[in-house]
Amino acid sequence: MSLKLTPNIESPDDFYEVLTDAQRDMTDEEANDMNARLIFVLANQIGNFEDLKQAVAIAK
Amino acid sequence: MLNTYDFPEFDYVQSDEQKSGQTVRHTVVIVGAGPIGLTAALDFAAQGLKVVVLDDNNTVSVGSRAVCYAKRPLEIWDRLGVGERMVEKGINWKLGRVFLRDQEVYTFDLLPEDGHKIPAFINLQQYFLEEYMVEACEQNPLIDLRWKHKVVSLHQFDDYAEMVVETPDGVFTLEADWLLACDGANSDIRRMVGAEFTGQFFQDRFLIADIVMKADFPTERWFWFDPNFHRGQSALLHKQSDDIWRLDFQLGWDADPEVEKRPENIIPRVKAMIGDDVEFELEWASVYQFACRRVDQFRHGRVLFAGDAAHQVSPFGARGANTGVQDIDNLSWKLAAVVRGEAPLALLDTYHAERAFAADDNLLNSTRSTDFITPKNGASKRLRNAVLSLAESNEFARPLVNSGRLSMPTPYLDSALNTADEGAWTGRMNPGTCASDAPVTVNGQSGWLLEQLTGGFVLLALGVDVEPVDAGAFTPKVVSLGKDFEDTEGLVSERYDAADGAVYLIRPDQHIAARWRGFDAESVKAAIAKATAGAIQ
Ligand SMILES: Cc1cc2nc3c(=O)[nH]c(=O)nc-3n(C[C@H](O)[C@H](O)[C@H](O)COP(=O)(O)OP(=O)(O)OC[C@H]3O[C@@H](n4cnc5c(N)ncnc54)[C@H](O)[C@@H]3O)c2cc1C
Repeated sequence: MSLKLTPNIESPDDFYEVLTDAQRDMTDEEANDMNARLIFVLANQIGNFEDLKQAVAIAK
Repeated sequence: MLNTYDFPEFDYVQSDEQKSGQTVRHTVVIVGAGPIGLTAALDFAAQGLKVVVLDDNNTVSVGSRAVCYAKRPLEIWDRLGVGERMVEKGINWKLGRVFLRDQEVYTFDLLPEDGHKIPAFINLQQYFLEEYMVEACEQNPLIDLRWKHKVVSLHQFDDYAEMVVETPDGVFTLEADWLLACDGANSDIRRMVGAEFTGQFFQDRFLIADIVMKADFPTERWFWFDPNFHRGQSALLHKQSDDIWRLDFQLGWDADPEVEKRPENIIPRVKAMIGDDVEFELEWASVYQFACRRVDQFRHGRVLFAGDAAHQVSPFGARGANTGVQDIDNLSWKLAAVVRGEAPLALLDTYHAERAFAADDNLLNSTRSTDFITPKNGASKRLRNAVLSLAESNEFARPLVNSGRLSMPTPYLDSALNTADEGAWTGRMNPGTCASDAPVTVNGQSGWLLEQLTGGFVLLALGVDVEPVDAGAFTPKVVSLGKDFEDTEGLVSERYDAADGAVYLIRPDQHIAARWRGFDAESVKAAIAKATAGAIQ
């Protein structure tokens, strides 16, 4: 298992703002759709299947 | 309400100039005797300036309002002779805990290192803070504090401002070379000069209550998201002095402030938080709505703005008074130099550049915390709740939890007053940064580094031989390691990256202007010229 579970996001407050700003004018459904797309973008970066399975388990 | 504190009533005295009807031109007039106006009066007087302070009221802040004061403002108050009393009376704390329902999800330590004179944070009711400063002002012959003096109109000329002031004896006219507006978030002066004050209002309401109780909750900041005792909202518990506790309940936008303010509605909320069997008395309560806004320019002609008149932040992060005091630290030496004709007006414009930059940093942090606590729409609420639910059992999500990022000085990293480093340095003391404290020994007595860095510009020599540098009115005082103080614990050397020797040029507001590995008089002079916007050649 190589999924990082200690803090690793560079400038967490900046990232959080980018995320909420992106969804500021979205309806719930639009935001949900964006979140789904974002999952695939980030999943592609992770790549490793075991890691992705573990990430799904944590989020569930 | 308010069983533990008697509000002082300060005497109104009719001024000679009002009595005689002779208009007087003062060098500096400060409008507003809140924490920032009072700090300004003490700091300007410390610079040798005579000041008149006008306040439309005759007592201290009603209700407690500000609670938490950070290390840097306390260092400034310490320099002005009122800090020790505040620290003594205040509650010293540095641990904050964040809960989701009744589970702890995150803990922070505000000052993980030792070796500072002043604690990371203290909690103290705002009225004590103001009372101590009023007393210090009254003892200072350079300060003329006038109660029940309300500025009702203002007219600016090229080199002075004229204001009409209303007192119980009617109105009179007063002139000032410089007017410092410290008249709070609803500043009349700001309106009178037509300055813009823009930003963001948050659509939420908060019940803020101070209660008296004898309880052994630890002196930590406790913040709950969605607590079992107040579902769907947030809440905060924090200790102040004299067994007073600050409670804060998020109410939502639809709450009716008038209804929520009634004791019969407050008491059940308090009991739900602290327990049915804990005895308490309600001291003071109010319902607030918060905003984050900033004035367009900190200087409008002869009018300068500081404190809430210049910037208003939400209280998550305790930034209001804390940042206002640092406005004054930045302004006082610059204004004194300009008043004495020692520096060009350009130096005063760096007050806007540096403090607007700091205000924006504070506004950004406060806005982000408020956005996290009161999400703007369904989407950000979902993200917020996702972070909280992950944070319960996953360490990686905890830095995303934002219940307030507490006030730290904003380094002026890009300021035009800085001289850029040459070569490589480690540690935090970059040009534009506020000088760090450290324990030292002076003549065999233990003391603190910051206490040595006062009285104008300082050339701090750490293991390097330096000679006096003549820079006219800005000639720096030389403070040498091994001669003027000893670095007994080695923390000066460590914090200032001085193992291989270092020379620091430190501004009157204890910010780093420049630093070198060796001494060169011409470089020091050039850096002073830069740090004073060209006051010396
Ligand atoms: C609930 C709450 C909690 C807070 N917690 C914190 C905290 O923990 N830490 C922190 O640092 N800050 C906190 N703050 C913010 C802090 O209270 C303010 O930032 C601070 O009071 C600002 O000081 P000031 O001197 O700029 O203005 P004020 O305190 O508003 O003082 C302005 C003064 O000007 C006078 N005045 C106004 N108009 C005129 C006029 N026309 N003529 C003459 N006089 C006039 C007023 O009477 C008043 O005395 C909190 C605020 C609130 C509401």
